[in-house]
Amino acid sequence: MSVPNEGLTLKDVCILLDGRPLVHVSAHVAPGDVLTIMGASGSGKSTFLAYVGGFLDRVFAGMGEVYLNGVAIHDQPAESRRVGILFQDALLFPHMSVGQNLLFAIPPDIKAKSERQSMAEDALKEVGLEGLFDRDPATLSGGQAARVALIRVLLSAPKALLLDEPFSKLDADRRLSIRRIVFDLAKARNLPVLLVTHDADDAKAAGGRVIMPLEMAPDSNP
Amino acid sequence: MLKHIPALTLFFLIGPVLAGLMGVLLPAFGVLPSLGGTSLTLDYFQNILSTPGVIRSSFLSLAVGLITTAISLGIVMLLIAGWHGTRFFKLLQNLLSPLLSVPHAAAAFGLAFLIAPSGWLMRLVSPWATGVTRPPDWLIVNDPLALSMMAGLIAKEVPFLLLVSLAALPQSDLRRKTVLAATLGYGPVSGFFKTSFPLIYRQIRLPVLAVLAYATSVVDVAIILGPSTPAPLSVRLLQWMNDPEITERFRASAGAMMQLGVTALALLVWFAAEQLARRTGMRAINRGHRTFADQSLRRIIAVLAVISSAMVLAGIIVLGIWSIAGFWRFPDALPVSFTLANWSRQAMGLETPLQNTLTIGVAATAIAIVLTLACLEQETRSGKTATSRALVLLYIPLIVPQVSFLFGLNILVLQMGGRANVLLVIFTHVIFVLPYVYLSLADPWRAWDTRYAAVAQGMGHSANRVFWSVRLPMLLTPVLTAAAVGFAVSIGQYLATLLIGSGRFPTITTEAVALASGGDRRVIGVYALIQALLPFIGFAAALSLPALLYRNRRAMRANG
Repeated sequence: MSVPNEGLTLKDVCILLDGRPLVHVSAHVAPGDVLTIMGASGSGKSTFLAYVGGFLDRVFAGMGEVYLNGVAIHDQPAESRRVGILFQDALLFPHMSVGQNLLFAIPPDIKAKSERQSMAEDALKEVGLEGLFDRDPATLSGGQAARVALIRVLLSAPKALLLDEPFSKLDADRRLSIRRIVFDLAKARNLPVLLVTHDADDAKAAGGRVIMPLEMAPDSNP
Repeated sequence: MLKHIPALTLFFLIGPVLAGLMGVLLPAFGVLPSLGGTSLTLDYFQNILSTPGVIRSSFLSLAVGLITTAISLGIVMLLIAGWHGTRFFKLLQNLLSPLLSVPHAAAAFGLAFLIAPSGWLMRLVSPWATGVTRPPDWLIVNDPLALSMMAGLIAKEVPFLLLVSLAALPQSDLRRKTVLAATLGYGPVSGFFKTSFPLIYRQIRLPVLAVLAYATSVVDVAIILGPSTPAPLSVRLLQWMNDPEITERFRASAGAMMQLGVTALALLVWFAAEQLARRTGMRAINRGHRTFADQSLRRIIAVLAVISSAMVLAGIIVLGIWSIAGFWRFPDALPVSFTLANWSRQAMGLETPLQNTLTIGVAATAIAIVLTLACLEQETRSGKTATSRALVLLYIPLIVPQVSFLFGLNILVLQMGGRANVLLVIFTHVIFVLPYVYLSLADPWRAWDTRYAAVAQGMGHSANRVFWSVRLPMLLTPVLTAAAVGFAVSIGQYLATLLIGSGRFPTITTEAVALASGGDRRVIGVYALIQALLPFIGFAAALSLPALLYRNRRAMRANG
């Protein structure tokens, strides 16, 4: 098949552990779309995302081709791929303030200090966190931290977004609102999104296609 | 560049050991052309064997090594077995870092000042309990059976072995095993030895062997506390090495080989004892006895642990008292007057040794930290973790007797026409500093959550940027702690400074040990107290710098 020049394209992406295939996916995710990969924990979903993002642990072997907007990225180092990732933990850098976390993410080609600063503050406002620029990330609530993590990855101007069970550690109330913000903002920026989750509600909320990559019949999964 | 760092690091560690052994091997058999030795001969070995008391010296070294190691290991294991998880154990854990930071020589001086017939303990109980008004004529320090030397070594090796055992505990699932054994009716000590000990011992085996090798060949503690008629082999070796008669170098080389043999023999005896213990242990497991004097063993060991830590700490206190003592008559418990004159009198003489100590310590630590970080970062980037075989290599400089290969290095340097210079001394310190820095940093470095790196790389940051801006600042506390450990190791070095520096770079440690024979307690008090305080200052700085830098970052303080 030919590679579309928009969106994220996966061609026979395969994750092996000790020579045994764990995951096998071929798919295309158009800009603004979400592709959900469902599976129980330990099924290699996170490893699959790590392969797409370029941070695969060497214990696993990954193969297959990954194209972003028509360009092959599977041979590139992680930092050149422009693929942002969100984990189930916010992973805000604990030695930086909230604002420094955001400035660290803004690409270096935006040079003016005042512009960088106002980008960070506008992003905080966008998710209802204005005024938290100087805060210690350790003092944020779980929901606040999740929102900072989201705007941080978006400020880095990624061309695709990977979500590794990003809602699973949030309590039920927050979960709904954070989930909506994540999908809304990703859609607004027209990003192709890969979501891995074991939660059927997450998959439904994502609204896109759902696949179970373990070559296991969908109905064998309760 | 980074790719070659692990190989370079191993070269720095192993190269000097091998070169040093080569350096004594040939002269031991009479070959050292520049001194006129051109033919192979066994004369020097025969000469040594016929030197009065050499056999006794060797046997002393062997026995000190084996007994010290066995008792230290026993205390540590019984402590964990009987007291792990209690408040008493927590208290000991809090004492660990200060006890570890005290250099061997300072601890030995402190012990000597305590237990000598005219020492503080005797003063505290005299004359009201003992009736003596003059120090009794007992040979306690430097006793011919080396009992005080072994006590000094044990007091320092127990904290070390406790530290490495604590690091091994999380992987041994001690708590659940203890509970399980208890539900089967096993006492805490019996349960521990039958379920957890084998796994823990396997993990601390290399440090135990390092303790054994160290105790068979230690020089500074032996000079301060050990017997002199005859002295342990290592001390006599040093006398031959320092002999101005240049042909004595042949004899010293043969002696260095003999020391190597004594240490090797101690290791062999230990290996045999391991096998024996394994078989006896297996039979004991099969018999299923539930207790073995568990409760009384538990109490005895607690008393021993308290005594051995109290000795080190009280020793430092008495060093401090002597350093500011005015007139202090026996058997008064305290001096009649206090004075800073002892310090001001030494101030001039202290300047150079202090400067050398700091220069060498800071430089050797910096080199060791850079090499260790580079090795660990290369490990991350290549995805290849150092194998257990590489870890054995890390222990080689700690297991081969220092006195043997350092003398060989000294001969090589002189052979190549080189003069002792401070760079050589620094790199010799690195040989001993690096293993400790690596061992203390590797675990926290590897335990770092690599998802932080994924997040940063996903933002477009390079591996270098991730290292400098994310990983290193996040791990600042363990990096600085490892640096403080390295600095403390460098401060404690005696032979490396003395032999490689040819005595031209006096440090606080070499000066303090040299004062041992003089017996002026006020001067020794000043030097040994400085020696004990320097590592302590290093640890304090390592803890307070991150606390200051990250005072507004709660998560950074929590893991510090």
